[in-house]
Amino acid sequence: MINAVYQLVSPRMIEVAYKEIDLTAGEVIMRPYKVSVCKADQRYYQGMRSPEALKAKLPMALTHECVAQVVYDPTDTYSVGDFVVPVPNTPTETDSVVAENYLRSSYFRSSGYDGFLQDFITAAPDRVVKLPKGMNMNVASFTELVSVSVHAISRFDKIAHSRRNKIGIWGDGNVGYITALVLHYLYPETELYIFGTVEEKLSYFSFAKAAYHVDHVPVGISVDHAFECVGGGGCQPAINQIIDLINPEGTLSLMGVSENNVGINTRMVLEKGLRLFGSSRSGIEDFAKAVELYEKYPKLVSYLDNLVGDVVRVESIPDIHRAFDLDYHRSFGKTVIDWAK
Amino acid sequence: MVFAIVLAGGKGSRMGNTDMPKQFMKLGSKPILVHTVEKFFVNSRFEKVIVPTHKSWVEHARNLIEKNLGETDKVVVIDGGETRNDTIMNAIAYIEENYGLDEDTIVVTHDSVRPFVTHRIIDENIDCAAKYGACDTMVSAADTIVESCDGEAITSIPIRDHMYQGQTPQSFKAKRLKEIFESLSDEEKNILTDACKMYVLKGEHVHVLKGEVFNIKITYPFDMKVAQSLIGATEDLEG
Repeated sequence: MINAVYQLVSPRMIEVAYKEIDLTAGEVIMRPYKVSVCKADQRYYQGMRSPEALKAKLPMALTHECVAQVVYDPTDTYSVGDFVVPVPNTPTETDSVVAENYLRSSYFRSSGYDGFLQDFITAAPDRVVKLPKGMNMNVASFTELVSVSVHAISRFDKIAHSRRNKIGIWGDGNVGYITALVLHYLYPETELYIFGTVEEKLSYFSFAKAAYHVDHVPVGISVDHAFECVGGGGCQPAINQIIDLINPEGTLSLMGVSENNVGINTRMVLEKGLRLFGSSRSGIEDFAKAVELYEKYPKLVSYLDNLVGDVVRVESIPDIHRAFDLDYHRSFGKTVIDWAK
Repeated sequence: MVFAIVLAGGKGSRMGNTDMPKQFMKLGSKPILVHTVEKFFVNSRFEKVIVPTHKSWVEHARNLIEKNLGETDKVVVIDGGETRNDTIMNAIAYIEENYGLDEDTIVVTHDSVRPFVTHRIIDENIDCAAKYGACDTMVSAADTIVESCDGEAITSIPIRDHMYQGQTPQSFKAKRLKEIFESLSDEEKNILTDACKMYVLKGEHVHVLKGEVFNIKITYPFDMKVAQSLIGATEDLEG
């Protein structure tokens, strides 16, 4: 079967390419239903990656967050019409120590491999997670992002010491919001403190104990552990503020992506005996856990629904451009594509 | 019930070095016909995918489908007819015999040599046929359409914005399509090579839905070269 794949060929230029799908390969064939735009996609689309990265990774179809509907499953694992979330990370080997999303041999959709802007997408049945009935599909479209927070928190749970009275989350964007929310439901007794730069965005975190502008943190505030969800040029001041405010032997979870090297106050990292660890992407277990959380905590889904921004019906390539343009001008929330191409 | 009719009745062509019908020629790793049938095969809204084929090629078509899709009840190869409309009527006769025809029986007819058809186009055909009774898939005409009745002088140049190029699928409520076909005289049947045109001549509404420029019909060697290059395949015309 010939599949239409909508590829970014150079910044702001999308063309259709055609690739064969083998119906006998034992893979589930799905149709993208709703697709969510990620900041990483936007960086490719706007040409904000290095010329070397663009040259190495394009052309490719963008997006790695979506909910899809099963069209055909030769393995009979899923029923036609099931709504599922495909996992963008595809491992090529297993390792008893290293998680699938850290194996250098794994490949990741919309990072050198085609993402979800296609007529059909395919995946092995064990790379797909079924959604519960009645799920909010706009929220389901960015389950991948929720799974990234779930993954970082699962790692934190294994690494950090057991005193978790106060956790700080630096970053008032989507990742900060989702990470804080997941922490709120997994550690209901823990006080969450949010640190950001935009008052309007900070006002969304009504479930937290307190939300502060980074320039106006009250004297005496401290946290046992911290999550850095800032990324970009804001990484450095955020990490250094965390180092200042975190209690000794605390754990600092790094989640923000920076294109540049970051200078941090290692003297104080040493003096306080801090642990810093990084997290990136997620694996199938994190997707399954995210879906479990949706089922267990319906209010979590309601909170996540607050992130849904523009929902753009895409019937043509110009509609894809419109979705990315709207997303580019959005400071908070997620742009969701209703895929009707 | 919804049925796909993938029209594969074409006989020989001089597309390659042999007289093999073009729908059996290889595009990428599979014959064109198989690519096209697969698009309907994976769509769960179809009860059956009927493939009317020229009688000399029926067994060949069956072999290709079994080789690529395995044994399946969802696809059936039947004898085609002399003309396009006869072929459609043969398929409708098959449906009537095996399932009966009622007001809700829908047929989505598609050229076997248009393998680039998309899921969206197929779904919209089913929806539009159910809602309007008949529909045709079209794209805006890119070139100016010029009419010349004698091939020597321009008779008229229609307004381009009103001009479209017809593709397939064309989809219908099967019962009404049969009634209209049976109401035609033999002379009319000979002239009417397009099922939608029968409706238009009878004054019935045919809904228009948007196709894709890339939903090309592989007719000439040039089209085959275009199709091969679109999927990045090297040229290999033998099925």
